[in-house]
Amino acid sequence: MTDDAFDFAIVGGGLVGLAIAYGLVRGNQRVVILDEGDNALRASRGNFGLVWVQGKGQGLPAYSSWTQLSARLWPEFAQMLRDDTGVDVALEQKGGFQICLSEAEMRVRVDAVRQLMIQPGFETYEIRTLDRHQLQGYYPGIGPGVVGGSYSALDGHLNPLKLFWALHLATQERGAAYRPNAPVTRITRDASRFVLACKESKAVLAQRVVLAAGLDNARLAPMLDMDLPVRPQRGQILVLERLRRFMDRPIVNLRQTDEGTVLIGDSQEEAGLDDRTSTTIAATLADRAVRTFPVLANARVVRTWGALRVMSPDGFPIYDRSRTQPGAFGATCHSGVTLAAAHALALAPRVIAGDLGDMLAPFAPARFQSARRSMEYV
Amino acid sequence: MATQHTFDVAILGAGPAGMSAACSATALGLSTVVLDEQHSPGGQIYRAIETSPLTDRSILGKDYWHGASLVDNFARSGAIYEPRTTIWGLTPPQADSHWQIGVSRDGAASFVDARHVVLATGAQERPMPIPGWTLPGVLGAGAAQILLKSSGLVPSGRVVVAGSGPLLFLLITQLARAGARIARVLDTTPRGRLRTTLRHWGAFALSPYAAKGLRLALEACAKAKFERHVDAIEAAGSTHLEAVRYRTGGRERSVAADTLLLHQGIVPNINLAAAAGCTVQWDAQQASFRPRVDAFGASSIYGLSIAGDAAGIGGARMAEAQGRLAAFHAAYVLGRLNAAEFKQRTQEAKRELAHWSRGRAFVDAMYCPSGTFTIPDDRTIICRCEEVTAGAVRKAIRMGCQGPNQLKSFLRCGMGLCQGRFCGLTVNALFAHERNIVPEQVGYYRLRFPIKPLTLGELAALPQTLQSVQAVVRLPASYTVPAAS
Amino acid sequence: MFRRACPSRHLIQVTVDAETVNVEAGDTVAAALLALGKDACRTTPVTGSPRGPYCMMGVCFDCLVRIDGKANQQGCMVLVKPGMRIELQHGANALVDVLSAGRVRGTSPGNC
Repeated sequence: MTDDAFDFAIVGGGLVGLAIAYGLVRGNQRVVILDEGDNALRASRGNFGLVWVQGKGQGLPAYSSWTQLSARLWPEFAQMLRDDTGVDVALEQKGGFQICLSEAEMRVRVDAVRQLMIQPGFETYEIRTLDRHQLQGYYPGIGPGVVGGSYSALDGHLNPLKLFWALHLATQERGAAYRPNAPVTRITRDASRFVLACKESKAVLAQRVVLAAGLDNARLAPMLDMDLPVRPQRGQILVLERLRRFMDRPIVNLRQTDEGTVLIGDSQEEAGLDDRTSTTIAATLADRAVRTFPVLANARVVRTWGALRVMSPDGFPIYDRSRTQPGAFGATCHSGVTLAAAHALALAPRVIAGDLGDMLAPFAPARFQSARRSMEYV
Repeated sequence: MATQHTFDVAILGAGPAGMSAACSATALGLSTVVLDEQHSPGGQIYRAIETSPLTDRSILGKDYWHGASLVDNFARSGAIYEPRTTIWGLTPPQADSHWQIGVSRDGAASFVDARHVVLATGAQERPMPIPGWTLPGVLGAGAAQILLKSSGLVPSGRVVVAGSGPLLFLLITQLARAGARIARVLDTTPRGRLRTTLRHWGAFALSPYAAKGLRLALEACAKAKFERHVDAIEAAGSTHLEAVRYRTGGRERSVAADTLLLHQGIVPNINLAAAAGCTVQWDAQQASFRPRVDAFGASSIYGLSIAGDAAGIGGARMAEAQGRLAAFHAAYVLGRLNAAEFKQRTQEAKRELAHWSRGRAFVDAMYCPSGTFTIPDDRTIICRCEEVTAGAVRKAIRMGCQGPNQLKSFLRCGMGLCQGRFCGLTVNALFAHERNIVPEQVGYYRLRFPIKPLTLGELAALPQTLQSVQAVVRLPASYTVPAAS
Repeated sequence: MFRRACPSRHLIQVTVDAETVNVEAGDTVAAALLALGKDACRTTPVTGSPRGPYCMMGVCFDCLVRIDGKANQQGCMVLVKPGMRIELQHGANALVDVLSAGRVRGTSPGNC
């Protein structure tokens, strides 16, 4: 092994890549993170910041278990980041709500929860359905159009930008090399090492590779004989000015950050690589937020944001290792915050071991060749 | 959605460029609306020209009162004038629509539709980040000028003025004429600028600015004690400005002060153009970003022209000529002028533009801000809104932070209410300096709407579409919504 | 500190933090506050440090005050009006109490 060969090259400096990298450096691996430039398409900059369990896993019960595991690991993970960096990611797991603004939405919600729970192999937990009156007990300020909602004690949130920053600090603190402005153009194999050719900088050599490049995974995976079929799905967010703390538990599409700003989501659009925002979506998001809490009508919108989710065909994560290129792994998901703890503390050790194990087997892309599963409905 | 009247031309901003564009557009029979955030026309340069309480015309000077005739013509132009209108959005035409301008007025948001848009949003002062510049008592020099023009207010107590540039001399003379006593002027123009600008002297001497500039500089120097070649300034105080510390010739000094006015030139207001998607480029001569425009002010987006300082700093008289050119261009693309008429009309405006652009190169080179005041030391707050220091930014850059947009995520720098207007250039300069690359390579914040905050209630009242509702509510297709009871 | 360089034309009454004061008609709220000797109009939501008007042209968002009950108004963009209630701001915008009352503290729906 030459001096400049790393144990692992992580392709992608977003939340997924950094969390895995962090787990690897904690496992005493020598890691290099290859990242793109300032104007890359970054889902990590548009994250809503939920650590969310409620409603996930319709069609793939293993996804719920994986999510629940991550939610359980989060307190320990947040503590590790705080110890390593001094950054408090403001994790709060005190439960979270989903709110319905019509009888139709409520019926769909109740039905979705029931369908979720009766799946064979589903690791059950309580999702409590709340009527308007019950909801009012927690949020007296809800609008007259709020019909009801649901609640799970497992849900929570954190500050995703602080997480992003903390992971950058923590990985480098523990010795990972970070190479910005180094988009990977080609990955080949040279004897026992992978050679990662980068645009405008020197190629990087590594024993093993983890693809965590978000949307770019679709392009890179075939170079390692893997299949990571992901597509962009646009989400738009409204950001309100800093307000004094008024809610201490998130609603799935409306939350107040530890800094006081309020985030309002979420939209799903198939818009290709167009990550712009639109006034019609903004109006719909605003309208629903005002119907949820009428008093928010007076708060000011300081920013809108559009970002591209990294979506697989069924909406669930993909984790895989290459059969023909030993040492090559791929990871992709659209819940980089919720799953960060699992990526660092559960996935990374499996990657070091070289075998993803039974728990992650359901996330192999082989599932796309079998029956198409229904889309996740959160 | 229901669309109201569509104007031929919407002009955003009622300063010299906007007013002159409006006069030319209406004269050619184009239906024209002028949207402006202020209460009365004039922009910042002719601010409050109709209402200023300063009856002694010598205080603000002849150049200011030139604006009166412009406002007069504008009032008689027939253009629809919408003051107190904040522009927060600008969307290029979609398949079957026109330009859509998102505005907010009297607490309600709406859209104004137009076939052509002339953006005449002017300039703002270049940020001058020094330690303590967030203390009450420290203001932009432009703010003092606005207070003088619109309210007849002058700073009292011990006043210190710091920075460089022609507007600094103008402000000093105006304040002095209005009776202010200026304790000290800290001129930050670096040593040797007269020598390095030698090649621009000829053009400047022949320019319409030379005599006036010299007169102003002499008057300013006679009215206040100048410290030259100041290369460090700090505002000191606990809850309010108490003193200004500075360094010149290697010696540190301190002067007690109640008001400190900072100024190091003005830069184009690019937020609206950039958020609309215009190509924005670095202008090395003016050390600022500006939207790319052609000789008639046409931007990189069809149907959007930019006139006046918003497209690069040139001053009020250039802005007037540019406003005319933009209006003629609009008339041409809207079919109101044929090629021959367009050529004939623009020739005169182009001559006027050439006249007033003479000498600009000297001013740009002479007063280009020095690195000391664009690349602040670690303890200086550079993002006033989120209170991010230059030191924090440097740390992020050294950790590999790629540029201004990643920096926003890391530190919230540029994420506050001002939307980067007071830190964008400093962040750019810090990256360029730390990385030893040019500002163009660093780039700028990605700007999005709303470029000025509006309330959630205002946004909620705007039109939605079936697609926007489906993108958010996402009821399964199999589910039929029951009829309302 | 600012003083008027020309005679007053027309005074009107407004309240600043419930104190009735005379201000010049035609002034913006920020200009009126400066003329009253109040050059700090708020404390920041981030560190609680005092701030006052900086640009006077709607760009810097430092002159935020509460006007007639509405927080975070740009004082430099609003003209004074007779009877206007102007309040200096402290920290982040607090919406009305109805939401604060909605805080969930230590209870969960399971315990209701």
